[in-house]
Amino acid sequence: MWLPSYATPSERLMRTLVVALAVAVLLFLIAPLFIIVPLSFSKDPFFTLPVQEYSLRWYEDFFGNPRWMTAIANSAIAAVLTTILATTLGTLAALGISRADFPARRLVMALLISPMIVPIVIVAVGSYLFFGQFGLTNTRTGLVLAHTALATPFVVITVTATLSTYDTNLTRAALSLGASPSSTFFRVTLPNIMPGVVSGAIFAFATSFDEVVVALFMTAAEQRTLPVQMFSGIRDQINPTIMAAATLLLALSIMLFATLSLLTRRRVR
Amino acid sequence: MNFSQRVSVAADRPVDALVRFEDVKKSYDGINFVVKDLNLNVRRGEFLTMLGPSGSGKTTTLMMLGGFERPTLGHILLDGKPVERLPPEKRNIGFVFQNYALFPHMTVAENVAFPLRYRGITGVAAKDKVREALGRVSLEALGDRRPAQLSGGQQQRVALARALVFEPSLVLMDEPLGALDKQLRERMQIEIKQLQTSLGITMVYVTHDQSEALTMSDRIAVFHDGRIQQLADPETLYNEPSNRFVASFIGENNTLPCTLLGREGGMAVVRMGDGSKFKAAADISGTGGDMSVSVRPENIGLAGQDGRPDFNRFGGKVRDVFFLGDHMRLSVEAFGGEFVTARIPARRLRPFAPGDDVALECNVAECRLLEA
Repeated sequence: MWLPSYATPSERLMRTLVVALAVAVLLFLIAPLFIIVPLSFSKDPFFTLPVQEYSLRWYEDFFGNPRWMTAIANSAIAAVLTTILATTLGTLAALGISRADFPARRLVMALLISPMIVPIVIVAVGSYLFFGQFGLTNTRTGLVLAHTALATPFVVITVTATLSTYDTNLTRAALSLGASPSSTFFRVTLPNIMPGVVSGAIFAFATSFDEVVVALFMTAAEQRTLPVQMFSGIRDQINPTIMAAATLLLALSIMLFATLSLLTRRRVR
Repeated sequence: MNFSQRVSVAADRPVDALVRFEDVKKSYDGINFVVKDLNLNVRRGEFLTMLGPSGSGKTTTLMMLGGFERPTLGHILLDGKPVERLPPEKRNIGFVFQNYALFPHMTVAENVAFPLRYRGITGVAAKDKVREALGRVSLEALGDRRPAQLSGGQQQRVALARALVFEPSLVLMDEPLGALDKQLRERMQIEIKQLQTSLGITMVYVTHDQSEALTMSDRIAVFHDGRIQQLADPETLYNEPSNRFVASFIGENNTLPCTLLGREGGMAVVRMGDGSKFKAAADISGTGGDMSVSVRPENIGLAGQDGRPDFNRFGGKVRDVFFLGDHMRLSVEAFGGEFVTARIPARRLRPFAPGDDVALECNVAECRLLEA
């Protein structure tokens, strides 16, 4: 396979092993999908594979159940608000630290992306205790703020990456032509770093929409998000509706990342 | 800087100066100065080139004038008013960048219309201005294209149109032709110069290409080591370089070490490395010590049988001969180990071979005494 005809038998064996390993890794990565997706379409209320009979009853249950619907609405609202906040803050931060004269930029960058490195449970407990002081636990505001802290690093990273290829002479040119700094940003800089901003926004949305640990700490029943609802569903009554919810989440993620890869491809051109 | 220089700078302050640098210094780290004691007047309507090798301070000077860098010390006056604290968007100066800096997400016409919006020109008036500006650079037909769909030369013209469309009194250019091939570069040099003359705008142009500077400029400021080495029109700069750096940076020059002996009828008399005596034109007031004589290769000829009174005559050994079509280049070892290059019309040259003895001469008026 993809070897020149003069390859020795040991080279051929080596290549076969490498390919087998790669295929195995990929299989392990996507194996959960092969379990969850078929189960969500099973008619059987118990998790049995292979699926005997297919139906959409768990999807009906999902869309007919007000608890799931509230959860999905809560998730969507929190994710949209988080995306708006994180994208704005992250883009501004990236613009700042990308300036040549920014002091202590490595330190500030490390601080900005620290929520990605700190274990999520610590962030969750920390947020719970800290936000409790301000009465922000069990509120949507608290959840959105905590998620924004988690999501902003993604925006900082993607926008910083785009800015590294951005020609600062474009900014200078706009200024020399009479545009104010804010007009320069909206008419020249922003359109040219848009791919990075949109990628960051997608990451921010996905971060909030999928997040369970912080949400468990920060929400009461009224703000319960989709992942929290799934998590408690698994503990309380195990039921294939969760599989339907998981499959829908999966579909959303795939759509988001397909958008992302389309964007990156456009940028390369 | 000594006192006499200051006085001469002060005297050179015509009322028609559009830009004036007064004792401008620039340092990025507070220790090393990239621009040192810059005093310069840019006259209204002139094409002034700042010429120098990279790191000589010419681009920093341009950036300070454009408003993208602030002088550490000193003042920049635009139309008599200090501007060193004025942001670039308030200076009304056209700027053409080395890489053109066209906005990639806008069409050519949108790029050119960009500065008009900030001057209250919109609608039909803006369209007319854009058409006129694109017409000036012969790109009327390409208004709907994106910059990425244009060739380098076309992008250059769009950048020019965009910098001219709002009729600034001053246009700055930072090596705008650096990315173009030689032929296109030479055509653009002429076009830019013609535009500048016909529109009567003041241009300050930065380049490291001396032939570009000589072709286009009314005056050239030669930068080196953060200072202006000489400010003069191209002919003066070429024929009367004021120091060794200018002599070697503009065109080709033989720089030969010598010692000043004295003066004789307005000419300096010097002793060369091998003990022979030379006469040379001298503006400088030095009285002795190590100096050098500079003479251009095209001003060295083959000597006749008899020595002529106004010529310095010297002998040497031919080291290399190159045939270059209309002329030949002789590399001659003379004055006890110096290499002298002479450029001699090909038809005058009898066949030389390396190792031959040759007698050369040069007019004393074309030999210049410079500080070592």
